[in-house]
Order: sequence, then C-alpha cells, then structure tokens
Amino acid sequence: MHPAFSVIFLTTLIGAGQGLFLALFTGQIFSQFKLMPEQHEVNFFIWGSALATLLLCVGLFASFFHLGHPERAWRTATKWRTSWLSREVIALPAAIVTIAAYGLAHYLGWNTPLLTMPGGTGVDATLLLGLIATVATYALFICTGMIYGCIKFLQEWHTPLTVINFILLGTASGFTIATALSAYLHIGLVYFYANWAIFFTVVALIFRVATMLRNRNINPKSDLRSAIGINHNNIRQMAQGSMGGSFNTREYFHGKSAAFVKSIKYIFVVLAFLVPLFFLVLSLNNSAYFIPLIAVLVQYVGLLAERWYFFADANHPQNLYYQQIS
Amino acid sequence: MTQLALVIDLNVCVGCHACVTSCKEWNTSGEAGPMVDKYAYGENPTGTFFNRVQSFEIGTYPQTETVHFPKSCLHCEEPPCVPVCPTGASYKREEDGIVLVDYDKCIGCKYCSWACPYGAREIDEKQRVMKKCTLCVDRIYDEALPVSERKPACVMSCPTSARLFGDVHDENSEVSKAIRERAGYQLMPEWGTKPANHYLPRRKTEIKIHKDELERVDNPLSKEERLRHNEPGKGPSLDDMSNW
Repeated sequence: MHPAFSVIFLTTLIGAGQGLFLALFTGQIFSQFKLMPEQHEVNFFIWGSALATLLLCVGLFASFFHLGHPERAWRTATKWRTSWLSREVIALPAAIVTIAAYGLAHYLGWNTPLLTMPGGTGVDATLLLGLIATVATYALFICTGMIYGCIKFLQEWHTPLTVINFILLGTASGFTIATALSAYLHIGLVYFYANWAIFFTVVALIFRVATMLRNRNINPKSDLRSAIGINHNNIRQMAQGSMGGSFNTREYFHGKSAAFVKSIKYIFVVLAFLVPLFFLVLSLNNSAYFIPLIAVLVQYVGLLAERWYFFADANHPQNLYYQQIS
Repeated sequence: MTQLALVIDLNVCVGCHACVTSCKEWNTSGEAGPMVDKYAYGENPTGTFFNRVQSFEIGTYPQTETVHFPKSCLHCEEPPCVPVCPTGASYKREEDGIVLVDYDKCIGCKYCSWACPYGAREIDEKQRVMKKCTLCVDRIYDEALPVSERKPACVMSCPTSARLFGDVHDENSEVSKAIRERAGYQLMPEWGTKPANHYLPRRKTEIKIHKDELERVDNPLSKEERLRHNEPGKGPSLDDMSNW
C-alpha cells in the first residue's frame, strides 16, 4: 500500500496520546491503591492530560488531510454498525473528551471520595473519569487496529497482531513521554515510568518482530491464475489498460525500491526500540529531563518509520492486475 | 431478486478498447459530472476509468496466447467495499444488485478502494470522490431510449459481442445460460465476494475433418446407381431439359 503521511501522523500521534493517558492513569491507580508512595502532583496529571489531548487533537487534524471532502466528515459517524472507520470516528472524539475531562477533574481538584472501597481506598471523580477514559482509549486502539486488521485480503494486516501492535506501540511511546514529563516536572515518578516504558518498549519490540517473521513467509491466497481465471503457470501481463499509470498504480504501491523498504525496517527497529531503550535505561539513574526527552523524540521518528513500513509492507491483491504499464 | 451483471466472453474479446472509450464517453457526459483526465496530452496521462482492458500473455513462446481481459466493477453479491464505507455513500441496490457510490455523500477517504481486491474503484482526483462502474444505471432504465439500447454503453459498443448484460439470478436469461453452458467463472473466488460479473473462458473450436469428407467416395450408398446414364455426354443435358 502507499503510505499516506496523513494516516501515518494520525495513527502515531493518537497512539502516543492514548499511551500517555494510560501512563497517567496507571500512575494514579498505583498511587491511590497505595502500590507505591502516594503522589500529590496535580500538575503532572493536568499537564499530562493536556498533552495527551493535544496529541489526539493534532492526530485528528492530520486525518483530515486524508479526506477528499473534509467538510463532509460528520457523515462518517453514521455507519458504525458495519465500518471500523466509522467506529474510530466515534471513539476518537470520545477519547479526547474523556481524557480532557479527566485532566479538568484534576485541575478542579475533584478529589472528594464519592465512595469507599473495602480496602479503605476512596474512589473520587478523577478515578471514575479515568476509568471511562481508559475504556474509550482501548476502544480507540481496537478501532484503529481493526480498520487495517479487518481487510481479509490484505494478509499482512489481517491478524490480531495488528491490533496488539497498535496498542503496544502507542502505550510504549506514551509511557516514554510520561517519563520525560515527570523528569521535566521534577516529580518522583521518573524511575516508575522509565521502568514501565522499558517494559512496554521491549514487549512491543517482541510483538513487532513476531509480526515481521509472520509476514516474511506469508503465502498469498490470490495469484494471477485466480485473478484472471486462467489456469496456467506462465502468465505475464502485457498491458494494464493505461499508458501513464492510474489511481491503481499509485494508491497500492509504495513506489520505492525493495532496498529502501528494507532499510526503513532496520531504521525503525533501531529508532523506535533500541535507541529509546538505551536512553530510558540511562534515565533510571539520572533525572535530567533531556535524556528521556531524546528517547521520546527518537522513538517518535522511529514510529513514523514503523508506520511507513507497516503500509509499504502490505501487498494488495489488486496489484496482480497492475504489473506492467505496457 | 434481480442481480444485474455483465458476462464477458474472453474467447471473442479482441482487446479493441471500444468498451473503454464508449464507457468513458457515456459516463463523462452524464449528470454526475465529468470523469477527470489529467495531462491528457502530456507525458504521463492519467484519469478515472470505470472499465479497462488489460492484456496477458499465457504460455511460453512460441506456444503463447494473448488474452484480452476487460476489467470493471464486478458488482459482487457480497461486496467487501460496502460495509467498510463510514458514510454509507457506497451501497448495493436491493432492487437490481448494482453497487453504487453516492457522490454527494462520499468523503473521499479511499477506504473502500482498499477493501476491493479487484482494484475496481478509482478516485476522481478533481471531484475527490470515489468512482466506479454503475452498469450505466442512467441508461438501462431510461425509457426515452429504445428497448434495444437500454444496455450499458460498453455492451452496446462491443463489436464482437463479447459482453453480455442481464440478470444472473434469472436462470432463463441470456447471461445465466451463457454462464451455465459455457463454463462461466468468477474472479478470485477465494475471498468469498461472489462477483456477479462472470467471465467465459477461452475455447478451442476445432473442426475434425476426415479424409473422406474432402475426397468424395464415389456413390458410397449406391443411391445414385440409377443415374449412371448421367455420365457426361450420355444423358440429357440442361439444354435438353429447357429446350423441350
């Protein structure tokens, strides 16, 4: 497939925003349920939610560049019964609103316990809103992944690994951002977040490599024989019905050499996983905020490359009809 | 339930592109507005077409055969492009099974084109909406046209009658008969899309001529025994008959 930068920015930015929110809420849960020393850093939650909301909004903005008629975008919420894209269009604003509400609840200090759990833990409005936002965040992850995962003849995408990778890569980048943010605000969560970020980056790397191994030996279900229905081992295209290319030759091909695609693969493994891991490990014992910040920036560039590769890697069966211009 | 479709006979298609040009001519002149043509006289002309003829070479030289393969939307009975549309702009008509795009609802997100394994949908880069074969829905029901012309433009123009049009659910229709009797098949059956359009395969039409059909065995059934006297110069000639 042709990697469109609007969609690359959309999926990486909202993934990071969702991951950042999950990081904030994980921190709050650990603190509120006394799994670690209690945190009273309201600023961290306010700025974190604001940043997550901003990332999601910029992602939403980027997505409009993919549309031919952005002014009709409101129509996209209508077919949620059948279309994962329509579901994403509902889940994305839902995540933005609930994450913003979560930040606002922290800003307004809605900390009065509404009910008390058996362990004596108070459940306040921020916790409830966080819970709702977590549901919205995961719904958005699943919708985003399923947009690609549900197309059965794009065999590179038609696997649960697609959704898992979207969740893991987004979460990893979000926790890395949380590490940098907590270092910048000088709160004591750098070690906590760096550990989680390392964990998620390693798990994401494992699943991404597993996906690449799966896709390396993929057996295409369609070939020229089934495409034109002529049962012969030696079929060669002579003409594709246009002399200067068409939508079909542009939308479904990445247009780069095999060597270029391969180099992007190595680049993203290094930039999205290995380099950030190095800087995250450094930040375990060093609270200088620029160390995790480098990890954030390098990882984001790596994720852009990862998403580019994700699209370029998928081989659409329609390409069988477009192998030879003339 | 009616399912209108095309049946394309690869045995007689000569790859002349008449269907392509007449399709473009009809559909670019319709109410929906022109189909874009960019750099039509430039180095890399490109544009939106509903129908394209492709050519494939089968076999190894010198045992090769060239197959011309017209390709347009197959109007699948299980169209994978329809449920993915977030706006409902892509839909399959209940009454005749034609898959259409509502150009006023389409947002041009191209997701439906990803969900079509045949590459039958092409975006119009000027109108920025997805376009595809309509089976000339604005022709086939037009009562201003003579009944014989209420067919898609491509079918009308085909000089070898390689394109048949009709209801594939009506087992007595010309298309159903062609599919049934001439081994009609669907493209990429492995995806379960159940294309309504069918293709008829190449057929070898060979006439077996025996030697005795070329060299006449003289009077094999002795039926002309009694006409022996008709040998040249012996019996009555045509002149004798007419000069009575």
